[in-house]
This record gives sequence, structure tokens and C-alpha cells, in this order.
Amino acid sequence: MSLLAEGFLSTVALTLLSFAGAFSLGVCVVVLRVVPVPVLRAVGTAYVETFQNVPLLVWLVLFVFGLPEAGITFPLFWTAALVISLYEAAYVAEALRSGVNSVARGQGEAARALGLTTAQSLRHVVVPQALRRVVQPVANIAIALTMATSLAGAVGVVELTRAANRINLDLAQPVLVFAGAGLCYLGLAAGIGALAGLVERRVAH
Amino acid sequence: MFDPPGPRARRRTRVVTAVSLVVVGALVALAVRQFADNGQLNPDRWRPYLTWPMWRYLLIGLRATVLAAVATGVLAMAGGLLLAVTRSRIARAYVEVMRTVPVLLIIYVMLFVLPSYGLDLPLFWKLVVPLALSHAALYAGIFRAGVAAVDRGQREAGLSLGMTERQALRAVVLPQAVRNMAPSLVSQTVGLLKDTALGYVVSYTELLHSGRVLANYNHLLIQTYIVIAVVYLAVNLALSQLSRYLEVSLARTAR
Repeated sequence: MSLLAEGFLSTVALTLLSFAGAFSLGVCVVVLRVVPVPVLRAVGTAYVETFQNVPLLVWLVLFVFGLPEAGITFPLFWTAALVISLYEAAYVAEALRSGVNSVARGQGEAARALGLTTAQSLRHVVVPQALRRVVQPVANIAIALTMATSLAGAVGVVELTRAANRINLDLAQPVLVFAGAGLCYLGLAAGIGALAGLVERRVAH
Repeated sequence: MFDPPGPRARRRTRVVTAVSLVVVGALVALAVRQFADNGQLNPDRWRPYLTWPMWRYLLIGLRATVLAAVATGVLAMAGGLLLAVTRSRIARAYVEVMRTVPVLLIIYVMLFVLPSYGLDLPLFWKLVVPLALSHAALYAGIFRAGVAAVDRGQREAGLSLGMTERQALRAVVLPQAVRNMAPSLVSQTVGLLKDTALGYVVSYTELLHSGRVLANYNHLLIQTYIVIAVVYLAVNLALSQLSRYLEVSLARTAR
């Protein structure tokens, strides 16, 4: 049972780290995608397309087994966290971008007409409205990310799913073990949902 | 959102462009040097992927990927439709649970638990069944949202023209719903195709597992997995492009 607890903690740590990474990186990428500099836009678009169109497991395998061949080695857990961050950042960026796009054009134009600079109109008018609309989509990404951390188990990180599997091979009590692991994931998702509700109320003045 | 750039903004754009080109160039150069220092750019390590037998092997893997994706897609869409129309409490609970439980967990159950209860499916189905179970919930969400997005007045108009409930659904609501859903159905299918990479865990020789077999044999890990990533990228970019095209063209015909 202690292995299951260890796996659970590992999943939580992976989720928190990867989400923090994915969110910060996603903000950077979405900035790249909206600035009026064509080169940066192209970089942002290429990033999103590359990471969204190749399976996470391929990235994990490439980074965990491939990159050491090129002399790039990190501890396994950190490699997994890095790859999941890179991958989910593309989704975060897309969610943030559609949030910004969903703010009516007239809002930005009105702010500009009032004499605010581009940066000011973004900060005081567009972003606060966009923020409210992205809480739910970002929470959904966080839940998807929690599920995605299970793939780290496929390349060797002992997280919840891999721990459950290993315990089952020892104890041969599949129903208990896998139902327990499933409940843990449900609990995590419920926690994220509740947190998102709190955040939503905070940002919706 | 932005004003047309004036002279100052244009100058700034040029500066930022130059700086970012330098930064991107430096990053690429760094990566290339790291690869070169470790001999990974040696042409001998890449040449195998210019030969037909290698590609033939990978294309057979790609065919298996597509096969698994099609089978999963058909099952998951049927299941999703069923879940969306029944709308019972059980259906809703199923969707909620499947939205949060990783497919890999279901795959492990399929691989290591069910055989001891006498259910030992072929590898293909050990991959397809868990994926279908999981993706059915996602398709159900799309179907439900698609039908909900059709204005209620449409159904009422159909009924007031003397159509039965079923006729109104079939002739009025569903065609519009399908039009709304088409882009998200395609992008969901991209997600499904990506998930077939879990064949790696099941040892079903789809694209990624084929890559693993090749890499074990020729020890060209980086080269093999980069080639695999490029193949996935090409296939999924084509699908995403289709989704974008559908979005634009359907939006036009809807007017």
C-alpha cells in the first residue's frame, strides 16, 4: 500500500510541476502568437502545431531514451515533467488565445479610442475579460494533464498508474488496486474542478 | 486588435525581428552542435531512413495505426452517440469518470487483469477497446454540445410544420448539428490517432511500437524517433488542416 501512496504523491508532484511549467510556457507562447512581429508569430504557431500533432508518448520516448544518446541527460522524473510541460503548454496557449479572441473586437478598439496605449488596453480591458473565460478551459487542460502524467509511467516513472500495476502483479487484488487508483484520479480531478470554481469566482469581480 | 504600425512601431518590429532571429538561430546552432558533438548528425546514422525497406516497415506500422484509429473511431462514435441520446444518470456518470481516468489505467486492466478472468483478447483489441471506452465519453460531449447548439426554435418550427419529433430531429436538427460538430469531430479524431501510440505499451505494432522495434535493432534511437515524430506530424497536420477547412467552408455555407 505504501507503494500506492508513493505513486499517488508522484502523480501529484508531476501534475503540479507540469502544470506550473505548462502554464508559464503557455503564456509565453500565446504572447508570441499575438505580437505584431511575423517571425515571432511563426515561431509560436510552429510550436503549437508541432506539440499538438505528435503524441505525448512519442515525445516522452524521444526525450527519455533518445536524448541521452546526444549527451543530454536529466533525472527521469524531471525529464517527464519537462516533456509534459512542453506538450501541455501548446494546449494552454491555444486556450488562452481563444480566450483573448473571444473578447469582442470593439472592446480593444474602444480602449484605443479612449487613448490607452496597446499595452494599457491589453492590461486593463482585454486581459481581465479574457481571464474570466479561460478558467474553465484551463481547468479542463489541468485535468487532461493529470491523466497525461500516467504516460510517464509507460517510460518508467513510478506514478499512480505504474504503481497500481506493480502492486497488482504482487498482490493479485486487481479490483481493489485499480479501483483505488481510479478513485485517486477522480479525486484529483474533483479537486481541480473545485479549485477552478474558486478561481473563477475570484476573477469574476 | 492592433493599430496599423506607424514609423516607430515599424522600426521596433524590425529590431524585435532581428533579435528574435538571432535568438532562434543561436538555439538551433546550440542544438545542432550538441548533436554533432555526439556524432548524431553523422550521415551514416541517417542514411538508413533514406532506404525503402525502412520506410516500408514504418508504413506498415502507420497502416496499423490508421486501422486501430478507424476501429476506435467507429466504436467510440457509436458509443458516444448512444451516451449522448440516452442522457441517463448512468451515462452521465460514465462520461464524468472516463473524462478523468487515464486510458493507460484501463489498458493495464485489459492487459494484466482481465486475462486472469478468462478475457484474453488479441493485441489489436487490447488497444482498441480501452481507447474506444475512453473516447466514447469525449465524443458524447461533442455530440451533446452540437445538438444543444442548434436553436430550439428550429425543432419547434419543424414540429409546427407537422413533422413528427423524429422527423424534426432527422431533417432539421441533426443536419445543422453535424455542421456545427464537424470541426471538433475531426480534431477529436486527431487526439484519438495520437492515443493509438499507446500501442507501444500493448506491444501492438503500430507506428511508435514499430519505431521501438527498429531502434532496438539498429540502435539509431534519436533518428528513428525523430522520423516517427515527423510521420505523426505530417498525418495529423493534414487532418488538422481538414478540420480548419471544414470550419471555414461550413461557416460560409451556413449563411
